[in-house]
Formats: sequence, C-alpha cells, structure tokens
Amino acid sequence: MHFAFTDQQLEFRDAVRQVLAKECTTDDVRAAYDAPSARTARWTTLADLGVTGLTVPEAHGGFGLGLVDLVPLIEEAGRVVLPEPLTATTGIAAPLLADLESDGPDPRVAGWLAAIASGELTAAVADADRPGAPVAGADGADLLVLVAPGHDGPELHGLEASQCPVAAVPSLDPTRRLGTPEWQPSAATLLASGPVASAVLTRTADRAAVVTGAELLGLADAMVASTAAYAKDRQQFGKPIGSFQAVKHLLAGAQVALEFARPVVYGAAWALDERAADASRAASVAKAYASEAALEAARVSLQVHGAIGYTWECDLHLFLKRSWALAEAWGSAGDHRARLLALLLDGS
Amino acid sequence: MDRPMDLHFTDAQEAFRAEARDWLAAHVPAPRSLPSLDTAEGFEAHRAWEAELAADRWSVVSWPEEYGGRGVGILEWLVFEEEYWRAQAPLRVSQNGVFLLAPTMFEFGSDAQKARFLPPMASATEIWCQGWSEPDAGSDLAGIRSRARRSEAEAGWVLSGQKTWASRGAFAEWCFGLFRTDPDAERHRGLTYFLVDMATPGVTVRPIPQIDGETGFAELFFEDVFVPDDLVLGEVGRGWNVAMATAGSERGLSLRSPARYSRAADRLVDLYAERLAADPARTARSGDAVAQAWMDAEAYRLNTLWTATRVLDGGSVGPEASANKIHWSQTDLAIHRAALDLLGPEAERHGDGVDAPWLDGYLFALAGPIYAGTNEIQRNVVAERMLGLPRG
Repeated sequence: MHFAFTDQQLEFRDAVRQVLAKECTTDDVRAAYDAPSARTARWTTLADLGVTGLTVPEAHGGFGLGLVDLVPLIEEAGRVVLPEPLTATTGIAAPLLADLESDGPDPRVAGWLAAIASGELTAAVADADRPGAPVAGADGADLLVLVAPGHDGPELHGLEASQCPVAAVPSLDPTRRLGTPEWQPSAATLLASGPVASAVLTRTADRAAVVTGAELLGLADAMVASTAAYAKDRQQFGKPIGSFQAVKHLLAGAQVALEFARPVVYGAAWALDERAADASRAASVAKAYASEAALEAARVSLQVHGAIGYTWECDLHLFLKRSWALAEAWGSAGDHRARLLALLLDGS
Repeated sequence: MDRPMDLHFTDAQEAFRAEARDWLAAHVPAPRSLPSLDTAEGFEAHRAWEAELAADRWSVVSWPEEYGGRGVGILEWLVFEEEYWRAQAPLRVSQNGVFLLAPTMFEFGSDAQKARFLPPMASATEIWCQGWSEPDAGSDLAGIRSRARRSEAEAGWVLSGQKTWASRGAFAEWCFGLFRTDPDAERHRGLTYFLVDMATPGVTVRPIPQIDGETGFAELFFEDVFVPDDLVLGEVGRGWNVAMATAGSERGLSLRSPARYSRAADRLVDLYAERLAADPARTARSGDAVAQAWMDAEAYRLNTLWTATRVLDGGSVGPEASANKIHWSQTDLAIHRAALDLLGPEAERHGDGVDAPWLDGYLFALAGPIYAGTNEIQRNVVAERMLGLPRG
C-alpha cells in the first residue's frame, strides 16, 4: 500500500504546469473561443514534451504509460481550461486504440497511434451510451472513433476527417467543438465488433469517466483558488469579504468536496491500470465525485464573485462553462450513481 | 518516495488481517447482544469485552508492545479496523482514552505517565472521559473558566469549576481536562491539561440523559479537587497546544476509521436490495441517496489511505483534519438517513424489545456534526488555514 504519486510523476506534472501557465493563459483561451481548432502550436509543444503520446505504446513512438501517469497532467489541462483535446486524444482515444492493437495488429490503428505520439493527430470518441448525441471535439478532429449497432452488440468504427463530414453544433464553450458526424458504417471503417468491441467500450467508458473526472479536478482547484484570492481582495463593509463566515463556509464546502474527490479519481486511475475487478465501480465513483466537486466549486465561485462573475469580462465564465459541459460528459453524477448502484446490487 | 502507486496491502498485512479475522470470528459476541454502553450494565459488559481484546493484544494494535500493543503501523491498524467492523464487534467503550488521549500522551507524556496510564487504558481497567466543554464554553473552547489554583505546599493544583458533555463521564474512572492556570494570560495561553482521578474528593458527576434517554454523557463538578504535579500532561500553560493534538486525533485519522462507514454503507446496500424486492417502486426512489452514501464512505476510505501514505512518507495532518471531520460526520448522517427513508413507517419504532440499529445509528450520527468541534468551526478552519481567508 503506497497511495501517492512518484516524485517523477510530480516533477513531470510541475513541468507541464509551468509550460501551460505560460502557453495557455486565459487570453489564449479567449482567443480559442474565437477560433477553435484542435491542432495548434500549443498542441505541438505538448507533443514535444511527450504529453500527447504518454499513453501510446512504446512500439508506436509513445511512452506506454497508464492513467496514473496521465491523470496529474489532465488535471493541469483542466486548471488552465486547455482548449485542445488532450483528454479525448491521449486519455480516451489512445488507450482505446492500444486496446485494439493488443487484440490484433491493424496498420490503420498503428498509424493513428504513431500520429498521436508525434502530435499530428487529434481524436474524438463517441460515447456509446449516448447514440446520436453530438460528439465533443468532432468538429476539426483528425480521427473520429464512432459506435454503430451491430448484429452482436455495438461495433467500433474509425474514420479519418476526410472520410467523414461533420456538422458543427454550437456549444456554450466553443472549444468543445461539438459535431454530428454524417457517416455510414462500412466494412472499411470497422475496427472491432462482438465481445472485443464490448470489452473495449466498457474500458473506454471507465477511462473516459476517470480522465474527465481529472480534468474536473483541475477546473475545481482553479476556481476555488481564484475565488479565495478574490475573497481576500474584495472589500465590503470595510473588510475583505473572505472574512465573513457566510463566504468562508461556501468556499470551505467547495474545498472539502475537492479534497475528497482527488483520491477517488487517483484510486480509480490505479484500479483501471491494474484492471482491478472493481474498476468500473471505482470509475463511477470518480466521475460522480469529481462532477459534484466541480459543480459545487462553480456554484460557489459565481456566488462569491457576485455580479462581476456573471460578466464576459471576468475569466470565471471560461471555467464555469467547461465545468458544466464536463459534468454531463461521459455520464453525469446521477448517471454514475445509478450505474454504481446497479454494479453493487450485481455484486461486481 | 519513488515507489509506484499501489493500493494493495502487502502479503504481511494480509496475513495480519487473516490473524485478526480468525481471532475476531472466535471471540466477538453476537452483533448487538451487549446492552448499550451508555447504561451501567452495558458499560461493564463493554469493559469485559475490551479486557478480552486486550488479553490477546488486540485492543491497541498500533501501540508499542510494552504498553499492551503489537507495535504495528497505521496501515495495519486500518486493516484491523476493517476486520473489527466486518465482524460487527462492539463499540469501543475505551475510545476517549485509546483514540484521543493516548496519541496525545505518546506525544507529550512523560515516561512515568505512559507507564502508569497506558497499560490500564489498553485493558479498559481504567476508562477515560473528556473534560473540555463548559456551560459557557463550547465552540469557543478557549473561553473556558474552570480554574486550577497553584498549591506550592502540596506540589500540585486545586481544580474548581464545571465541565459538561463528557461522553462516558457517568461511569469513567479518569478524566482528561483543560483548566485555566493563569487567569491573567491571553485566552489560549494560561491553560493546562490535567489528568484527573474521578474518585478524588470534590468531584461530583451528574449524568445527563441523551436524546435516546440513556446517560451517555455527564456534567462534572470540581470543588477544590487536588491534582499533583505529575498529573499535568505537557507543560503548565501550554494546555492549548496539547489539546489541539488531541483535537487533531479526534478530527483526523484516529477516532473514526473508515471501516465503520464502509460496513454501514454495505449494509445499507443490503437493506436496499431487501426492500427493492418487497416494494420496488417506493424503494427505487432511494437509489440515488443509497449510492451517494456508499460513495461517501468509499471516498472516506480512499482519503484515509491517501493521508496515511502521506504521514508514513514523513508528512503531517494539519487543517485537513477539519475537512476530514466534516466529511465523516456528514457521511454517517447520509448513510443512516438513507436507511430510515428505506424503512419508511417502520423507521420510528424504538424502545423496549425493539432492535432498531438504523435509528440508533442515526441518533448517534446526529451528534457527529456537533462534537469534536462543530462543523461550522471546522469550516472556519478549512477556510482560514487551507484557503488563507482572513480571520473575522
């Protein structure tokens, strides 16, 4: 039992934090609102650092690492509201493709993995539990991993951007680049079907819950920290509003929720890497807890900022919008409570 | 700390678990078969159980062997607690001593004090209560007025004043209490931490019936109670610091082990499954609350392992203990509230001949956000010490 990150993992996290603090300011996020795009100079920087290829197997040019290594970096992405699809590409698509590769070599899959590692490919992955819903990141992604009903359970398909027109769907957070793929499944696009596809999709749903949870942790931490700083600075009745108990207790509640969400997300990342028997349970607890923590941080942050937090001018809305979107992505807190209860009753 | 993350217990820890499980299986009385520890009869029955635990060195596993323990670490203690709660063993009547005073005594006590007090604490020959709160000093603990007057002639102190809400105070042999030794000092200074024999002349105990009708706690009156110098824990005038170590244990890692809530949450899921079969439509409405309560217990378990690892790696528990206390007290309530909702009209049944574990548990849980410093005080601590907000 040693429930902690290694020094190496923390040092890499700190290095990524430093880069992102410089390369992804709130001005940069605002610029991405006006011109959302997936592959940017910042994406290349992340690829050069080895971040995009972290979960790509070494045989395909990556580091072959797991979610425990990735989760601290995804938190950093959340902390700066990173506009690029690190969570979708490195957190969800690359492990999915690596699962497929381990099941049987496929030159298409090998090529995509190598391109993720080199920073030449971003991916969007559809949520199998929400057929027909817009796919986050689909608008502008180089690769779309989509799901279609098959004879023997769901099928996984992979389409490159040139093969698949995407109708953009506007989002409150434009960097989400929602889109509805216009496509027909075919033998040429098929990646997996039957039990293989089902197993990969279950693991994908679990991983997506955990990495999305990690991004929510970063968002929540950033919101609580910036709101606490604001509460120390903002004066009313002749003193900082942070000295009033009503304000303190709002922020303390958000902080407690965040403190307890962290180990839950980290433990789930470990359970998935270990392929533990209760990994799905852990993933659902992680997403539910992280979603609730971020929603509480968002609510409290807006309330403590007051009217200024309700403006476009204040940076807070960048964090709120991403939080609200991710709280619903890959299963809401309520969805995951229902999933957890079903798993508990099932004894798994 | 470049060991990779690992949430498996080691083989040695699992062997320790198996040993504890076997012992408990052979010794634990039938669940809920002992009378309430808040009655005179139940107090003695629980004391006898603790003596049985102690006889085979299971009462204080993390203490050094010389004081009755097994000298194991915090992770082994957590493993033992998992097995203790899994076995549905009795509540610990010695908890104020074992979980609160002992960690403080290990930090501040003299060798003589440790040798004198820890063994009988481990065997429950001497059971402790806590004399902190006063009628006019609850959340504002530094506002206590009970006094200790110096008696140079007798080489000791003479205590006077009133303490209240002393859990187990009706039957305990000893009390650890805070008294003001320097009336002129600033509030947090001038306090001293005393160990008081409840049989000393001048101590009067008035039991207070709790919300469930049992005498779980008591008022303590001190009228010129003499306490010799060797019963001061820590330095004279530094009682606040000593008390904050106790409070850290009360809120942090040692008082409420996660297994308590994990087992209750598992039983809640069992209750849900039972009720679902009997009344699916009504029961399904509770599904969300049941799942949330189970998650709260699981989050507490993981947070404890996270914190234990930090402590083993040389870190410490500071204001996080306050976040911890908020979480466990709310978790206990969430579990029991969800259970009562599942029971519906049966939830209120209580009294002679009725075994009402969920309602008893709920009544106990209701005290959680109040004792060990109210959750409002804990939120102040979190806001000021974790987030750096200014004091009001």
